[in-house]
Amino acid sequence: MSLRVVIVDDHAMFRTGVRAELGGRVEVVAEAEDVASAVAAISTADPDVVLLDVHLPGGGGVEVIRLVHARRPDAQTKFLALSVSDAAEDVIGVIRAGARGYVTKNITGHELLNAIGRVAAGDAVFSPRLAGFVLDAFAGTIEVAQVDEDLDRLTVREREVMRLIARGYAYKEVAKELFISVKTVETHVSSVLRKLQLSSRHELTRWANDRRLI
Amino acid sequence: MIGGVAQGLADHLGVPVIWVRVAFVIATWLNFAGIIAYAVFWRLLPIAEAAPTSPGLAAATRRGLRTSQQANGTAVLDGLQTAALLAFGGGVILLMNVLGWGLGGPLFVPILAAVAGIALIWRQADDARWSRWVVGTSGWEAITRLALGGLLLALALAYFVARSGGVAVAADVASAIAVAIVGLALLLGPWIYRLTSDLTAERRERIRSQERADVAAHLHDSVLQTLALLQKNAADPAAVATLARRQERELRDWLYGEAAPREDSLRGALSADALDIETMHQVAIEVVGVGDTAMDDDVRAMCLAAREAMANAAKHSGAGRVDVYTEVSATAAEVFVRDRGAGFDLSGVAADRMGVRGSIVDRMRRHGGTATVRSGPDEGTEVRLNLPLRSGGSAATTVTNKETP
Repeated sequence: MSLRVVIVDDHAMFRTGVRAELGGRVEVVAEAEDVASAVAAISTADPDVVLLDVHLPGGGGVEVIRLVHARRPDAQTKFLALSVSDAAEDVIGVIRAGARGYVTKNITGHELLNAIGRVAAGDAVFSPRLAGFVLDAFAGTIEVAQVDEDLDRLTVREREVMRLIARGYAYKEVAKELFISVKTVETHVSSVLRKLQLSSRHELTRWANDRRLI
Repeated sequence: MIGGVAQGLADHLGVPVIWVRVAFVIATWLNFAGIIAYAVFWRLLPIAEAAPTSPGLAAATRRGLRTSQQANGTAVLDGLQTAALLAFGGGVILLMNVLGWGLGGPLFVPILAAVAGIALIWRQADDARWSRWVVGTSGWEAITRLALGGLLLALALAYFVARSGGVAVAADVASAIAVAIVGLALLLGPWIYRLTSDLTAERRERIRSQERADVAAHLHDSVLQTLALLQKNAADPAAVATLARRQERELRDWLYGEAAPREDSLRGALSADALDIETMHQVAIEVVGVGDTAMDDDVRAMCLAAREAMANAAKHSGAGRVDVYTEVSATAAEVFVRDRGAGFDLSGVAADRMGVRGSIVDRMRRHGGTATVRSGPDEGTEVRLNLPLRSGGSAATTVTNKETP
């Protein structure tokens, strides 16, 4: 059974392009062009994965995730953010709203399909850039990361995984390098995603905002 | 919390906002100086300009394409903090009053009521109405103001005439002059105020038009030139792809990016090198960095080694994409250059890959660092450069703070 996908983007040309690139290997069940139509389309189509543009008329991708979660808290729909913006503010913002991954729009069709599959399976998609952001944002508190339940710190292992992803390693290669299974890598990445979403450090948001001021 | 004065002052002075709030509360114990100062600052301080943001993000926010990020938790915390401070300040005032250190009992309640009343009026009269009252040079508000000013002046004169020759002439003259000055301020204030705000508006408009000119110039220099080049190279798909990619990256950096890393830092130099090699060899090079360090001879050598590694990956690996990752900690700088291309057999290196030995491994060793090359058929190549830092680089988070002007 192929995955059911909704494409949300305010540029019709881009939607057509993505649809062509996905080439029928997933089922595109709906398209939407702003926050209101996206929420409506997601509610009726109940897709596995939503490809979500970060910048959308009506409040942006963050707003779509918030409204969908508010309307149907138990929905299984996963969000994969797709954007031309590489700004830390946008990346961290949409992840904290609940997206399971973030890729830029120049991603190849093959990589995008992989990312969709991974997000649908409940895993997280970390690009090298996102891994770099994570390492940067959590940098201050890495030394004493023994406790697994501490949301404000990365464990030594999670940090190693993030560093390898930032260096351009695929999950499979990370697993080989650290002598662990791909499943374990996925667990670590999901755990980092959870920390990114739940950490109450408001420094995280501030860090993202401050980056601009360098 | 009310007028944003404490926050503004804290931003200006570069101290935590709580310090400023505490200062206001303490000053309030001294005959309400804190509240008066707050009110005065509120009136006089310029309204904060929004934090500088990249043009793309600003435009997207303005058009409602994105939700502006705000820390939700801090607002509640902020409110609690302020409430606690207010309760604390109020308690101390009452205590001082009971102990008889503060204002006298009969004065206390009326002054408190007056301060509260004035605060309420000023709060109400924020901005629009306030400016009509103070700045307007016509209409009934202006007439009332003129009448009030004239009345005060006349009062001062009458006071002086009636009491001249009295016992405390000096004190009377002083208070009369004070009243007269208030009257004059009411009469002349609006014109002075208008003059200065006109100047501000004019300056702002000039800046805005300069910005527009900058945008136009930027589009001309970058996008237009690239479009022209694309048409010329239409027959060469690889060149077109490279041009488009280069332009995309540049435009994206400009629209959404952080301020460009400085050329004289490790990250700046790596990004510049990556761009060069990308153009020369038509592969995509993605640079991700955590932390940064200033350039010195050793770091420059590391950049040259990294450049050589990028060039090798671009030339020989056959991969379409090269990942570069750099991390600077307090003790060392590291650079990783990785491709998923053909790879090569390391034992065969000595003969035909002098570039790797000379330009990368030996160069790093001469500068006190190390270079390891890992490669194998089918798994691509990774060059790892490690350079111990004597001066100590700036670790990731400190860099963002340190370089904030």
